[in-house]
Amino acid sequence: MYEQIARNRRRTVLLILLTLVFVGGLGYLFGYLLGVGVAGLIVALVISAFMSFSSYRFGDKLVLRVSRARPVSHEEQPRLHNIVEGLAIAAGVPKPAVYVVPERAPNAFATGRDPEHSSIAVTQGLLDTMNRVELEGVVAHEMSHIQDRDILVGTIVATLVGAVVLIAEFMLRWFFWGGRALRESDDSRGVGAGFALLAVGGLIFALVTPLFAGIIRSSVSRRREYLADAQGAMLTRYPPGLASALKKIAADTTPMRVANNATAHLWLNQPSRVPGEGNHWFENLFSTHPPIWERIRLLEEM
Amino acid sequence: MVVLWIVLGIVGLVILYGVVTYNRLIRLRVRSENSWSQIDVQLRRRYDLIPNLVEAVKGYAAHEREVFEEVTRARSSAETASGVQQQAQAENELTRGIRRLIAVAENYPELKASENFLALQEELTGTESKIAFARQFYNDQVAKLNTLIQSFPASIVARMGGFPPREFFEIEEPAARGSVTVQY
Repeated sequence: MYEQIARNRRRTVLLILLTLVFVGGLGYLFGYLLGVGVAGLIVALVISAFMSFSSYRFGDKLVLRVSRARPVSHEEQPRLHNIVEGLAIAAGVPKPAVYVVPERAPNAFATGRDPEHSSIAVTQGLLDTMNRVELEGVVAHEMSHIQDRDILVGTIVATLVGAVVLIAEFMLRWFFWGGRALRESDDSRGVGAGFALLAVGGLIFALVTPLFAGIIRSSVSRRREYLADAQGAMLTRYPPGLASALKKIAADTTPMRVANNATAHLWLNQPSRVPGEGNHWFENLFSTHPPIWERIRLLEEM
Repeated sequence: MVVLWIVLGIVGLVILYGVVTYNRLIRLRVRSENSWSQIDVQLRRRYDLIPNLVEAVKGYAAHEREVFEEVTRARSSAETASGVQQQAQAENELTRGIRRLIAVAENYPELKASENFLALQEELTGTESKIAFARQFYNDQVAKLNTLIQSFPASIVARMGGFPPREFFEIEEPAARGSVTVQY
């Protein structure tokens, strides 16, 4: 567990460095092409430093916001609150804030930067379909993510990589539309060469960004999902609870409206917008989560 | 000269080991104490719930006086218990009493369906599972502490520093988990 925490801290630093380099490079390229020199680099570095800080500090709020999660009181959801508090005691961490996401698909996630600043969010569908033991299994899984600081990496990935992807997309679009406008105005020939370079750069970013995001996301998630399942089972001392919850989740095909690529890896099970999506081998290649049946099998073997 | 340095080096290492182990023992002891107080908080919460529960059941089954008295007695003896073992014994008594009280309530469908009773039952179940989790955490910490105290050479540091092994908190499973599976 302590090893896991150290690894997650290292990973966070690496992620932030990567973003600095990536956004810095982007800024340098644009600065160079626009003829303002190092100014582009400096602006980009300032922006990405700001981005890193805010995704560390406010990433959880952002993730909760885009998931439309709503804080609930003990009076509204006594069962959920009691379970979260109980498992926080079992894990020896402070009680996380409790949120409910108004979605009918059963699912859950945890976010935050450390156990002292953490939140657990579950969907209304989870509350409606799970009994106490199953809900305990799910919350224990999320509690393990909090214990291991997986939430830190996950939240940084969601907000930082999400932001980088957004910026890259924006620049690509800007280039397409702005480029055409300039070309049509036809004021100098030098601009043409510049835009050719910009086109290549833009293309590279367009290709690299999804890859960049994909690699990080898949390396972040798969192994630690198995680990959180096992660790969660250690907390409840009852692996069949989570196994049975996962079975119900696997059987449910309700799509989720708030599902998106930036936060997919945070959820207990891969959320999907399309109803009835199965586990095709091609999908597995890109998915952030291990196949749910494999997880159930491992829990049942414990 | 060389021999002197070697001896000094060994003495230094031994002292370093002693300091590190002593600090680990302190950390584990503090953690055990903290987790014991966490159990205490949850036990207290359960004591607070019992009068409400008794009142709720009384409203429907006033004649089951024997059960009420038993639960109330068990509660007050649990509240005044001291020491890990005595506390565990009193808690077992109390758990049995509560179970009987709930069994009585089961015979009154109106009571069982009342919102007040359902809320109380959720709080009771929640608190009992919290007691179980707190106990689990406490026992884990105690196991770590006791293992360190008993294993050589840390045992020497433990003896010199005055670290006695702690008692485990052994109570009957509060049946919270078992009964819940049936409940739904």
